[in-house]
Amino acid sequence: MKTYDLSELAVRNLRESFLRNSLTTVGIAVGVASLVAMLALGIGLQQLASRRLQRSGLFDTVLVTSRRDLRGFNRDEENNGLSPAESPVLDEAARLKIEQLADVAEAFPDIRFITDLQFEGKPHLTMVAGMPFSARNSDAVEGMQGSFFSSETAPEMILQKTFAAQLLGRKSRPGVEDPPVAELAKPLLGKELVMRYAERTTQPTTSAGNVAGASHGKETLPGKQTPPPGKSDEVQEASYSVVSHLLSLKIVGVADLDPDTMRGGGQARVFLPLKLAESLHVVQPTDMRDTTRALDGTTTYSRLSVRIKSPKNVQVIEDAIKKMGFNTFSIVDATRGMRQFFAVLDLFLGIFGSLALAVASIGIVNTLVMAILERRREIGIMKAIGASDTDVKKLFFAEAGVMGLFGGVAGVALGWAIGRVINIGANIYLRRQHFPPERIWSTPWWLVVGAIVFAGIVSLISGLYPAARAARLDPVQALRYE
Amino acid sequence: MTAASSPSVQNGTPAVFTENLSRHYQMGQALIRAVDGISIQVGAGEFVALLGTSGSGKSSLLNLIAGLDRPTGGSVAVQGKDLSKLSRDELAKYRLQTVGMVFQSFNLIPSMTLRENVELPMRFAEVERSQRAELARQALDRVGLTARLAHRPSELSGGEQQRASLARALINRPKLLLADEPTGNLDSNTGAEIMKIIREFNESLKMTIVLVTHERSLADQYAQRMIFLADGKLVGDQTNVPANSGRVGGDRA
Repeated sequence: MKTYDLSELAVRNLRESFLRNSLTTVGIAVGVASLVAMLALGIGLQQLASRRLQRSGLFDTVLVTSRRDLRGFNRDEENNGLSPAESPVLDEAARLKIEQLADVAEAFPDIRFITDLQFEGKPHLTMVAGMPFSARNSDAVEGMQGSFFSSETAPEMILQKTFAAQLLGRKSRPGVEDPPVAELAKPLLGKELVMRYAERTTQPTTSAGNVAGASHGKETLPGKQTPPPGKSDEVQEASYSVVSHLLSLKIVGVADLDPDTMRGGGQARVFLPLKLAESLHVVQPTDMRDTTRALDGTTTYSRLSVRIKSPKNVQVIEDAIKKMGFNTFSIVDATRGMRQFFAVLDLFLGIFGSLALAVASIGIVNTLVMAILERRREIGIMKAIGASDTDVKKLFFAEAGVMGLFGGVAGVALGWAIGRVINIGANIYLRRQHFPPERIWSTPWWLVVGAIVFAGIVSLISGLYPAARAARLDPVQALRYE
Repeated sequence: MTAASSPSVQNGTPAVFTENLSRHYQMGQALIRAVDGISIQVGAGEFVALLGTSGSGKSSLLNLIAGLDRPTGGSVAVQGKDLSKLSRDELAKYRLQTVGMVFQSFNLIPSMTLRENVELPMRFAEVERSQRAELARQALDRVGLTARLAHRPSELSGGEQQRASLARALINRPKLLLADEPTGNLDSNTGAEIMKIIREFNESLKMTIVLVTHERSLADQYAQRMIFLADGKLVGDQTNVPANSGRVGGDRA
């Protein structure tokens, strides 16, 4: 039979037992709706998470550390990469080499330190980080009040808003909306803060009176028992002194940066121009290591941020840097875990959603088996006038398919509506809790198409048994006079 | 047509040829011999009546000839085709193209209009949509039902339903018409009308007719040959000179 005739006959047969077939179709629709709603939730949450990750600014940045340092960002690298001893040092030469890679916008050192800032005579301890001048043009300072640094080395600072609130003695309480950035910025802009910091001076002092010297001595002590004490075991290039300094800085901006963003420099709440921060030679955690490893005195970095011109090349650049023997971390790594999590989540949501569809498919089997009993005679007649087994089978198959198709379309619409309604409800709740509204449900087109196709396939599978049964029916039996 | 058509058995391939044909059923302990070793030949264009009491095996024999059932022994060939050698699909094709059937209970599909019922075999034969409507109209015209195209079977009298089923049997231009008590549910006048249409098919379309009936008078009046069955066995085979193909005796029986 031709496809057109088949579907026409199928539809007219379904119309004959309208109520029963509608109920079966509604069953499928509910099954598909639950599947769509569940998956839309999974997809929506995933998109929400990636939007947050995008906002972190990591999407065009690769973080680079030396393997000689602390452990890398992922285990895999640690186990399979170069051994720390063979890996290169992350120094200026390495930085330049990375910067010369195609599509790299810039590679700048990540300078951060925890220090004490005096504001109106009161000390505040926080993490200070260098911010590259290029950040002026990026979204890193979006929503900032005041202005960006006036020059690359200006003695100025930008505050993260929670630190601004801290300076003003404001405490954030749950349920109460944080004050707007503008309100925090007003009393602070133009004010001065005094930063205390520990400078690493390149000229080593021979006296062992300072802190670093003591530490140095302590480190070398166990190994240096046998050789006679004296100048001979001191590596000049790797020695340095630490001098405490004070620096007055002007507040030029208050930013709405998320303190957790990567670009923000991981938890830093005060930002200095990067060039200025570099010139201060603040003691870095890696300095201590330099002294024990006796490097030749060149500057090494604990971490580089590599900004990439087009985000789609992140993986390529990351691989290239990895090949140089460094540890790297990028959005690709960050999302890997996330993708895995959501794959599992979607799987479970899909399984739960499919349960209703499975029940509905039993409904199809039931409906069609009933239809065979009712239409025994009709099947017999069709066979007597020349319908083949295949024709009869296809007809029942088509009926299952039509129910699946209608159920699928209705189910997608229903699932979409459920998602919308719950999303609206969730946003009302979020707004009450002073959170910005979010799109928690997302129904991409492939989910729509996929759900309808899936419903059709499930229905056809459900139709397999009834169709085979109808096709096997013996016409002589079916036509026997009642 | 007169007795002259009877010897057509000897001319060329017989329309129906059975040899020691059997259809046995196992019913618990008992073996039912519905058809038991029947050998007959029906010539092309013949009008044959299968006569017997109920349970004599005449309908079972008809079902074997129609390819609705398969023999348990012997063979049945129609137009030179051995039905026992056909696959299920080939058998369906045979039913579609070579034979037309009418039944005592009409067997129209109640949810379809007459036109759709008559068109149904053409759907299985994959006839183009555009041709179907016209062919169905012509077939219904032939049995005098042009005015009832869009009616459902339940809206028609028994005679009209049987005429529609004749139109359906005719639609694929079969060579062989198998009629199983076609007048059994009709009053004698209406039955006579149906029989006249069947005879008309036999005469003008040269269709071979195998009519199953328990009414001797009906056979007397229309059939050229009468085959008698009892307990699944052939008990008699005789030629008959039917009443003139005109309108004589239409109200007999």
